[in-house]
Amino acid sequence: MGRAWKFGDNISTDLIAPGRYYHLRSNLPELGKHVLEDARKEFAGQVKPGDFIVGGRNFGKGSSREHAVLIIKMAGVRAILAKSVARIFFRNCINNALPAIVCDTDRILEGDELSVDLAKGIVHNQTRDTQITFSPFPSVMAAILQEGGLVEYIRKHKDLKIEV
Amino acid sequence: MDGQTLAEKILSSHAARVVRAGDIAVVRVDLAYVQDGTGPLTFRRLEEMGLTQVANPSRTVVFIDHASPPPRMELAADHVFLRAFARDHGMILSDVGGGVCHQVAFERFVRPGDVVIGADSHTVMGGAMAAFATGMGSTDTAVAIGTGKMWLRVPETMRFLVGGSFPRRVYSKDLILKVLGDIKTDGATYKAMEWAGSAIDAMPMAERMVLSNMAIEAGAKCGLIASDGETKRYLAAHDRETDWKPLASDPDAEYPEVVEVDVGDLEPMVARPPQEDNVVPVTDPSVKGLKVHQVYLGSCANGRFEDIQVFCGIMRGEKVARGTRLIVTPASKEAWETALRAGLIEAMANAGAVINSPGCAACPGVHGGIPGDGENVLSTTNRNNVGRMGNPAAFTYLASPATAAATAIYGEITDPREVL
Repeated sequence: MGRAWKFGDNISTDLIAPGRYYHLRSNLPELGKHVLEDARKEFAGQVKPGDFIVGGRNFGKGSSREHAVLIIKMAGVRAILAKSVARIFFRNCINNALPAIVCDTDRILEGDELSVDLAKGIVHNQTRDTQITFSPFPSVMAAILQEGGLVEYIRKHKDLKIEV
Repeated sequence: MDGQTLAEKILSSHAARVVRAGDIAVVRVDLAYVQDGTGPLTFRRLEEMGLTQVANPSRTVVFIDHASPPPRMELAADHVFLRAFARDHGMILSDVGGGVCHQVAFERFVRPGDVVIGADSHTVMGGAMAAFATGMGSTDTAVAIGTGKMWLRVPETMRFLVGGSFPRRVYSKDLILKVLGDIKTDGATYKAMEWAGSAIDAMPMAERMVLSNMAIEAGAKCGLIASDGETKRYLAAHDRETDWKPLASDPDAEYPEVVEVDVGDLEPMVARPPQEDNVVPVTDPSVKGLKVHQVYLGSCANGRFEDIQVFCGIMRGEKVARGTRLIVTPASKEAWETALRAGLIEAMANAGAVINSPGCAACPGVHGGIPGDGENVLSTTNRNNVGRMGNPAAFTYLASPATAAATAIYGEITDPREVL
């Protein structure tokens, strides 16, 4: 179970990993101190392992910088829930075994306690005693998630072996 | 059998089977590249994955463009790592001063019909060469470099049929900003955008590249334009005519959505903060006359020789207004040298411009013109998210090089049609 941190629409990779910290990209622990700083200043200092990021439309819009996903993952975030997720950011999440879940986030409020069942496709809102369902991941992505990310997937299969 | 879209055609030829929108395909990759912000992570991932060989070293390129030359020692250290890795694996290196990855890739490497994977979101610009070019993160790009393959979902195509003639001092930048204002920054998410119609047929390559470049600003996977006589002309001018082949969607291809646009009454457009879809005509009272502290001409969107030419053609000996800084960053060494030979570097210097070395510079907020708190920037770049240019307390307005020139003369956002 973890706490919901609510964000609005169009949270860009510039808001997650600002360009002014560009020189810290090969120093993720330092970059991580600024995660989402320009969207919610208190987030980096207060987020706890197991917490959830809850966004609106088009979460992760903008650049391909995977560092944005890595510093969210390093903060211990359990999953990102959003009404929609930008394409590159979505792949980056799955490749790093950070579930990016597309669902209706309107009924989740700041501070709600959530848990997620990935296999069943259900988000439990413990605070409000409600459930939100979501569609399963495409099989390729489910496989990558299950292996613990794309690095582990390739290490295991020694190649890009995808069932299509 | 129904006809295929450009996206389906290219991906089918690289998957060795006929694929349709919605299919998951594993495709051969013809060109893969990284830049200095994403490359270090890509190469660390290659090592973690145990992929010790590079599939196609002569079609794998490392670009040092974002921090070029490096403004900090941490970034110089990344460059040292990238150069050594490129050398050890036989990759091609485009070093400091070469220019923005997408621009240089377009000039030298991208071919019609290619599948291109780049670790930078504006890789989509390769679509103007009729290449399926798309941006991905470092781990995906590492897989493309290490295995020569990539998995992806074949996208549905959203087709933009563009007719009419562009009015004086209205450009493709104004068209893409207008479209972004209409469909918004997630209007083409997961889809291929494809540009066609008489106005695209008549459009020079430098202008087409803007439309493909900013496909990502609508969330698209790629921004495709057919390969035609103009493509052939561009390649011939770059000593690559043998790379040319005609390539277009089949006449009976299916599009879930076709958007018709007539550019005949299009106006110069401006995207206001906080993002690319907050668009109004330059005549709108919210932007017209707005004090601008910095005019920025550059980026893979609009930093080409042709953009510098349009800019100087409107400045015509005028000086930048007092209280306004003019910063120019040519997109590539080719753009810089062509402008030099045409006398435009001197013209810009006389106008009071500061000229950066070719690269990304201030566009992603790394160096070369970070604005101050509360300052307004009129920029020819492609993105204006809060903090994009390195300061979340500054305000970036996106527009064409023509609007940038008119604005530089008066120090406030100015309609380029009003300048003689």
